[in-house]
Amino acid sequence: MDFTAAVLLSVIAAATPLLFAATGELVTEKSGVLNLGVEGMMLVGAVGAFSTAAATGNPWLAILVGAGAGAAVSLIFAFLTLSLLTNQVATGLALTLFGVGLSASIGQGFVGTPMRPLPKLAIPGLSEVPLIGPLLFGHDPLVYLSILLLAGVWRFLYRSRPGLVLRAVGESHEAAHAIGYPVIAIRYGAVAFGGAMAGLGGAYLPLAYTPMWIENMTAGRGWIALALVVFATWRPGRVLLGAYLFGGVTILQLHVQAGGVGVASQLMSMLPYLATIAVLVLISRDATRIRLNAPADIGKVFHPQA
Amino acid sequence: MDAPGAPAVARLELKGISKSFPGVKANEAVDLILMQGAIHALLGENGAGKSTLVKIVYGVMRADAGEILWNGQAVDIGSPAAARRLGIGLVFQHFSLFESLTVAENIALGMDEKIPMRTLTQRIGEVSARYGLSLDPGRHVHSLSMGERQRVEIVRCLLQNPSLLIMDEPTSVLTPQEADRLFTTLRRLAAEGCTILYISHKLEEIRALCSRATVMRGGRVVADCDPRAQSANSLAETMIGSAMAAPVRADAAEPGARRLAVAGLSLPADDPFGVALQDISFDVRAGEIVGIAGVAGNGQIELLKALSGERRLENGSRAILLDSKPVGDLGPRERRLRGLAFLPEERLGRGAVPEMSLAENSILGGYRCDGLIEGGLIHPDVARRFASDIIDGYRVVARGPQAQAKSLSGGNLQKYMIGREILQRPGVLLAAHPTWGVDAGAAAAIHRALIELARSGSAVLVVSEDLDELFAISDRLAVINRGRLSEARPTREMTVEQAGLLMGGVTGAKEPSGRGRAGHVA
Repeated sequence: MDFTAAVLLSVIAAATPLLFAATGELVTEKSGVLNLGVEGMMLVGAVGAFSTAAATGNPWLAILVGAGAGAAVSLIFAFLTLSLLTNQVATGLALTLFGVGLSASIGQGFVGTPMRPLPKLAIPGLSEVPLIGPLLFGHDPLVYLSILLLAGVWRFLYRSRPGLVLRAVGESHEAAHAIGYPVIAIRYGAVAFGGAMAGLGGAYLPLAYTPMWIENMTAGRGWIALALVVFATWRPGRVLLGAYLFGGVTILQLHVQAGGVGVASQLMSMLPYLATIAVLVLISRDATRIRLNAPADIGKVFHPQA
Repeated sequence: MDAPGAPAVARLELKGISKSFPGVKANEAVDLILMQGAIHALLGENGAGKSTLVKIVYGVMRADAGEILWNGQAVDIGSPAAARRLGIGLVFQHFSLFESLTVAENIALGMDEKIPMRTLTQRIGEVSARYGLSLDPGRHVHSLSMGERQRVEIVRCLLQNPSLLIMDEPTSVLTPQEADRLFTTLRRLAAEGCTILYISHKLEEIRALCSRATVMRGGRVVADCDPRAQSANSLAETMIGSAMAAPVRADAAEPGARRLAVAGLSLPADDPFGVALQDISFDVRAGEIVGIAGVAGNGQIELLKALSGERRLENGSRAILLDSKPVGDLGPRERRLRGLAFLPEERLGRGAVPEMSLAENSILGGYRCDGLIEGGLIHPDVARRFASDIIDGYRVVARGPQAQAKSLSGGNLQKYMIGREILQRPGVLLAAHPTWGVDAGAAAAIHRALIELARSGSAVLVVSEDLDELFAISDRLAVINRGRLSEARPTREMTVEQAGLLMGGVTGAKEPSGRGRAGHVA
């Protein structure tokens, strides 16, 4: 494998957890719920996946447990905000704190334990074609899954009737309720999907990206996923662009640092965050389009009179 | 039409419907019979229980007690989808539309069958052509006028071939011409056998359109009558439960000095869906009420922001003169200190802090009131007395100065806020939709207060969508359309029809009524 292919592969790997989490949060937010607990859900997904893999040695089961753990903690959030009508911002922040703590306490015994990374797809012949081979066929299965899920979410939101209903609920829950759609049930579903996706994104970290357990190993990726959704003005294509941009700059600055450029490493580490947000803000300046894509009722408590 | 003794089965019959919310009996033993092909009015003030009854019929809420018969059969309507399956369609008062979605997507959301988009678009075209409700299925709803939005709702209902169509306050957002077109559609539907339940508090409209009327007050049915055989006054008295005092407009005294003058005010829109103001000029003199009519979304919000100071003019502070002094570059606080009072459209949130008491709210708005604040500290006793004075002077129904603002009904809070502004003796009062969502009794009190304020030497500007209101209280009237303001002319010389045409953007309505009528037929 030549150098370019290796760099591109690592870019994609760095982007994948972000893509999972942001795709999930996109669906949650489109239904009108702002879940700020992405970071916490990712960590719970990560520790769930790692402990399962460590105990059973089965990476596929570990992926499922990671997604399930993310969905499970997101349902706590859904119950609090949708059924008990708590404030979504405060509850989301609490969920992150909860996730950080829970993952650290479960993962205590695993710190430093190495893990066999997920196998890469290898198609004899095809995977050996220079550059294109590894780039198209040389990833682990989760990378393909993340892109398929994003495309599926796009199709669901913009080409299917349930997706239209979900967008309508996020746009005006009062109107959706008046026409007769089960607002709360739809939002439960959207939150659970967001949680499962965050769990997957978290699971990717110890299973494939850095195959070991490190406390707090998401390192703010949950927050950047949240920011991605907003700065991508809730459009799936731009979420993909933003995630890969973030991955690209992450890897680029690592190589620049390794090359011994005389800039403080802390400054370099800021670059992916700055670059992603700057680019997305620049391409998404059109206020009309923002209003068309932003879910108007996001974060608002829905309390129907019955 | 409904011959007595004929063995007709009612399309919908409600028997003894009751519904309570904590502390309120919204409906109490309500009976209602709707015959096939009838246009039946449901009449009542805000809070009379009309909306609750409609929600029960449409399956949004469940009644605590009572029975619903549909074509003679007892039915249980558990959800809006169940109501639609029976053939009940509802056009909501505050439209249940999604602004960021297209017309076709909005209609698809209200349909229970799954129809491919292409077929749906075709059927929208058919129905809108048949009933003269022109619509472009591909447009986004946020770019539609209120009349067009209502058409979306109606077409959505008609696509399901309803046999009962409920219209909740349908004309509150329409120009008179749009309302006439709506009536034509409704009469046509009724002639085809569809029953229409028409909810309104506009009496003239009901007398012109409906063959039967049920009047509600305080959650009960108080009368069932033929509105055509009643006078508007007798209907109003049944609805309110007491005689109604019409606003007395003493003939305007000679208007005094110019207190508010606007000259050549142009302002680009600050919101993608906003309206740019173009070369607006008018003045309001001491002792008069000037009305600005217009369909919502034609620049009223932008004009009020510019006048109140919420949006400052960066250059050309002279475009707005308050008592001959330029104030265009001043903020709201400075303008208030110079005698400009503002009564915003949203009473809760912008006009008053919902969670605070009336006394606290009066401190927030009482810039000019003597003795309320001294050396940066509040005198709570003075504030309480000030609040009590407003409550007594303007007959506000509230538990007292300590009642939370949000605990008051819309009409009472509006009376309180008008009182707050008037007791500070403003030189100029800007009132935005002062009686929107307010019941008839409170509306009359508000109108009287505004007229008295003007007669005492203040200048009053009223922005409203309600033409009846503007014709009743204003001395001069101008119309705003797409950010341009027509010349303010004496209300006495104008007809509702001319104003309606100006609201619809037809220019040339300034000429005598000949052209006005021609435009109306079109």
